[in-house]
Amino acid sequence: MTDSQPTSARLRDAVGPYFGRFGGRFVPEALVAALDELDAAFGAAVVDPAFIAELDHLHRTYSGRPSILTEAPRFAKHAGGARILLKREDLNHTGSHKINNVLGQALLTRRMGKTRVIAETGAGQHGVATATAAALMDLECVIYMGEEDTRRQALNVARMRLLGAEVVPVTAGSRTLKDAINEAMRDWVTNVDTTHYLLGTVAGPHPFPTMVREFHRIIGEEAREQVLELTGRLPDVVTACVGGGSNAIGIFHAFLDDPEVELLGLEAGGDGVETGRHASSITGGVAGVLHGNRTFILQNEDGQTIESHSISAGLDYPGVGPEHAWLAESGRARYEPVTDTQAMEAFQLLCRTEGIIPAIESSHALAGALREGKRLGEGGIVLVNLSGRGDKDVDTAARWFGLVSAPDLVASEAERVVATDELKEEL
Amino acid sequence: MSSVSSVLAAARAEGRAALIGYLPVGFPDHETSVAAMVAMVGAGVDIVEIGVPYSDPLMDGPVIQHAVEASLAAGARPKDAIVAAEAVAQAGAPALLMSYWNLVDRYGVARMATDLANAGGAGLITPDLIPEEAGEWIEASDEHGLDRIFLVAPSSTDGRLAMTAAACRGFVYVASTMGVTGVRSSVNDAAEVLVHRTRAATDLPLCVGLGVSTAEQATQVSGFADGVIVGSAFVRALASASSPAEGVRAVATVAASLAEGVRAGQPTRS
Repeated sequence: MTDSQPTSARLRDAVGPYFGRFGGRFVPEALVAALDELDAAFGAAVVDPAFIAELDHLHRTYSGRPSILTEAPRFAKHAGGARILLKREDLNHTGSHKINNVLGQALLTRRMGKTRVIAETGAGQHGVATATAAALMDLECVIYMGEEDTRRQALNVARMRLLGAEVVPVTAGSRTLKDAINEAMRDWVTNVDTTHYLLGTVAGPHPFPTMVREFHRIIGEEAREQVLELTGRLPDVVTACVGGGSNAIGIFHAFLDDPEVELLGLEAGGDGVETGRHASSITGGVAGVLHGNRTFILQNEDGQTIESHSISAGLDYPGVGPEHAWLAESGRARYEPVTDTQAMEAFQLLCRTEGIIPAIESSHALAGALREGKRLGEGGIVLVNLSGRGDKDVDTAARWFGLVSAPDLVASEAERVVATDELKEEL
Repeated sequence: MSSVSSVLAAARAEGRAALIGYLPVGFPDHETSVAAMVAMVGAGVDIVEIGVPYSDPLMDGPVIQHAVEASLAAGARPKDAIVAAEAVAQAGAPALLMSYWNLVDRYGVARMATDLANAGGAGLITPDLIPEEAGEWIEASDEHGLDRIFLVAPSSTDGRLAMTAAACRGFVYVASTMGVTGVRSSVNDAAEVLVHRTRAATDLPLCVGLGVSTAEQATQVSGFADGVIVGSAFVRALASASSPAEGVRAVATVAASLAEGVRAGQPTRS
């Protein structure tokens, strides 16, 4: 692997495999050929007018791009009077930004002549998006999901199965997202001839961090133009939630070389970073190697991965994309934790002031916008990546706010569906 | 010449492959795991591969995953593997640690090399480290005269086989199949093909692992490779025993059978 750091000073030209001292390829040798194949296929696709046109067509006629920009004036009253602008990735087909990446990678899968995709999922959003693209493009689809998460997100399990995907509950380790990634890697090593691993975030071995960012950078490119058109200038701050960091890198990318624009990533603070029960890999982690790349990870003194904690399953991951680690270390972007409580306050506020139910993940970015708005005051402009919608979180939110008595009907019905399927598998 | 190289050369002189046995340290507990490793050596294992338990062992199948989980739950730590290496070396066999890279990274690459060399350990097998990312380890292993075992796989290009073999010292770990560790009913033809492809790129000994579990398979692999690496079969013997003492005996029985297996081979290589 050659170091292809750009000689130009433009941050947005960084293409990996290394972002500063982060990134790289810490993988079994068996996967290197597939990563090289993917890198070559991706490199050829992004300069192929036919590929670009096909992806663009899907964006416009399938996902619903460009996603709109919504000003949130009633919400902004709680943010020191600064203007709050929401980039509405929640309105995309399947309900989040995830569709941008899966359509790109599914097209690549076809180009490489592979017929099967596998993916990991935590909350189920990436799994649902992958199952959707697989159905659209006639690919066999297997989704690995920690057993713990299949219970927490039973409705999304049913959704993936409706779309024709096989959902495999992972019972190894902590039975959450990181273990689902391990299991997907094991599948990939075994079936790499026919199978593409459709990784869902800007982590993993090169070229995934670069490739996934390239498929999401459309978010920032659209938003930059939309903010300019609406306000006549660039925003003061851009906020986004960061788990692995795909939506954040997607919206940050267009602003990386605008030094007057502050970039703020909000990590899942869980019960508070000081409690040890959190998923803030940059704020509370240490540099190391996990899932194929060097980055900040939650690990103990021996290098064992520490389980992360967050009310938001989509941010509940003990690592972060290497480009974020680099942006943090270089100081170009700031990363701060938002606790479960702070995120849920922002969640409720957006529901009640703007009639928009955000994903709990995105509510971390909203909490960051409230903070930044108060700091900037009137005249300030904060752009928020509203990366997903909260339909999937209604059950969690209802329990959090005490709106239903547990076990509530929706969850128990979905759990019944999963239990029935598990029974079928056993039979 | 390292201890690993000497042992492999001696086996070659006897016209057989060396037997390399894997066990993770700390399973089912530290003392039993070390006793089992020593028993392996007594029963004919030539080189011991000591697994360092890791929370995310993505190259391992269910048998080793479960053992490693249990060993972590019982409090196993990377420094325990160094203690085990010392015991194996005292029992008369070279000891290699098999470690996922983050454990070494966190321990400190230079510190690991120093501590392992001081304990009489022979080197490291690194399943998720490719030579391109191994600069610090190559330097530290050179400084301390430690072996460094990288893997080659059926998917490796000829260029990568040559590059990887050139970075190895001791032997090259030939992954017999595309997949993870585990017991398989047969050893794929891919193993022999890959050994021949790698042989064209290096004079280093070639040891075949992933999926070898029986004496018959050991005999088969012994016919075309310099070493046979067995893991899951030993772990399974330990895991299914009714007591630690019985587990140690079961490991020795498996080792003795495999040791006969490598000796029954008719080497065909030139």
